[in-house]
Amino acid sequence: MQRTQDLQELQAVSRRIRRHIIQMIGAAKSGHPGGSLSAVEILVALYYGVMRHDPANPVWPGRDRFILSKGHGAPVLYAVMAECGYVPVDQLATLRKLGSPFQGHPDRRFLPALEASTGSLGQGLSLALGMGAAARLDGAAWRTYVVLGDGECQEGQIWEAAMFGAFHRLDNVCAIVDYNKIQLDGFVKDVMELEPFRDKWAGFGWHVVEADGHDIPALQRAFGEAASVSGKPSVVIAHTVKGKGVSFMENNPKYHGAAPTPQEAEIALKELE
Amino acid sequence: MPAPARFELKPGMATREAFGHELVALGRENPNVVAVDADLSKSTYTHLFAKEFPERFFSCGIAEANMVGVAAGLASAGKIPFAASFASFVVNKAFEQMRVLVAYPGVNVKIVGTHCGISIGEDGPSQMAEEDIGLACSLAGFVVLSPADEVSMKALVRCAAAHAGPVYIRAGRPKAPLVYQPGAAFEIGKSVELIAGDDLTIIATGLLVAEAIRASEQLARDGVSVRVIDMHTIKPLDTEAVRKAAAETGAIVVAEEHLVDGGLGVRVAQAAAASHPCPMEFVGIADTYAESATPEELMDKYGLVARDVVSAARRTLARKR
Repeated sequence: MQRTQDLQELQAVSRRIRRHIIQMIGAAKSGHPGGSLSAVEILVALYYGVMRHDPANPVWPGRDRFILSKGHGAPVLYAVMAECGYVPVDQLATLRKLGSPFQGHPDRRFLPALEASTGSLGQGLSLALGMGAAARLDGAAWRTYVVLGDGECQEGQIWEAAMFGAFHRLDNVCAIVDYNKIQLDGFVKDVMELEPFRDKWAGFGWHVVEADGHDIPALQRAFGEAASVSGKPSVVIAHTVKGKGVSFMENNPKYHGAAPTPQEAEIALKELE
Repeated sequence: MPAPARFELKPGMATREAFGHELVALGRENPNVVAVDADLSKSTYTHLFAKEFPERFFSCGIAEANMVGVAAGLASAGKIPFAASFASFVVNKAFEQMRVLVAYPGVNVKIVGTHCGISIGEDGPSQMAEEDIGLACSLAGFVVLSPADEVSMKALVRCAAAHAGPVYIRAGRPKAPLVYQPGAAFEIGKSVELIAGDDLTIIATGLLVAEAIRASEQLARDGVSVRVIDMHTIKPLDTEAVRKAAAETGAIVVAEEHLVDGGLGVRVAQAAAASHPCPMEFVGIADTYAESATPEELMDKYGLVARDVVSAARRTLARKR
């Protein structure tokens, strides 16, 4: 499937995805808008320019794999998959409703095109590395991308996995940290500081690229650099703004896990026109 | 007439060792079989697989949560991973990964927990899994296997590989007496009646199968006809064998090297209650943790030998009209 590479069109897609996120979570009356809005350009860059995938054939063996380890960001993944043609856009409004393919956190049983069921933080990196190990055993060229939350990196399993990835030289795996600096209880630096974050990943043996997580060309360059590194896995530390695109949600810990009221949704959608 | 004692319990290898050998055999037949381990490969015997198939063996270091996650990733991409560690570490430390990454999406991962129960001996309670059956059975969709000897372990490892979906296999540290002849056939969910009998049934699993056989011989000398069943599959439970045992013998003793709470006995009692309630007694670990000693001393002190099965049988028979 041909997807646009035109920057203005990609920015328009990103705006549409933000509108979907607000509408979906608003209709569901629950969900996590902040961390969905912060990851929009990361997923758009991956799904529109970087990853090899075919919405008409979700089980194509040669596809690149994508895992949303920060499963509470499910709305951004559903919206991007809908825009790419995996599912009808008009189904998005069923988010979190009985029988919906769009469960509160990604659930393969309800949406088989997903690569993983996630929601318990800290686990997706291990899964991605297992997939990378399998691809290497098969001599396959597909790559695995996994998006982590910043708060998620407080989980010990992330660093068990980080050791594993470097030790086994899994250069076909690329982790992306949506570094929006906010978690449920507040600012990351006040809950459990991650800095020096770059040094931590580098110290664990990963190739580290930092990028503005809302700058699509910068993200594309970062993923290109990651793909060119051999002998070690890469992590893209994407500096983002939680709640990006909606003025009253930006950098506001309240909207980690609070749905917009109908009035707030109306204001947000106006801002995203 | 009581069944004649037809079992000569010859020495056999530990079930963990049998697992290691069978994994190598599977690896030779199927290139998709892979193994992950967390710095215990010499104890779980996955080192045999690692030696023959170094590229298909992934050392995870002492990191069980990541090990199960990596196994789930390998399975998601078409591999058949066996993830092995001490039962007390893989099931307790990586329980949530077994739940969210394996059970919930129904991924084709085989978890092997070795050094189960208290028969590991001198290392003590931190290394002993006395609750792994209960935990594994609480994971929806998991098959839970508990082989008694090397023959059944090898056959059930093969069944596990052929089964599409999550499996937990319980393996022991000490040498296990041979219960079966080589070549015996096994099926997941289908128990084996080792000895026929009419007065009482002993349903046992793991090392307690041999103790149940010994107990049946003692009881036979007193004229009690005892049926002995090897319940090698804890889940899905062979409920038909339980119903028949309850209906035909009217008295059941369950024997296992596991906490009585949450173990095989609970599941058998549930099955009997739903079909044919009858007097039952339970041989297992009481609500406690064991200690350091030889395996034999511990099995004796914590009530897991033939003597304990015999006294449970007598109590049960006394309640049977």
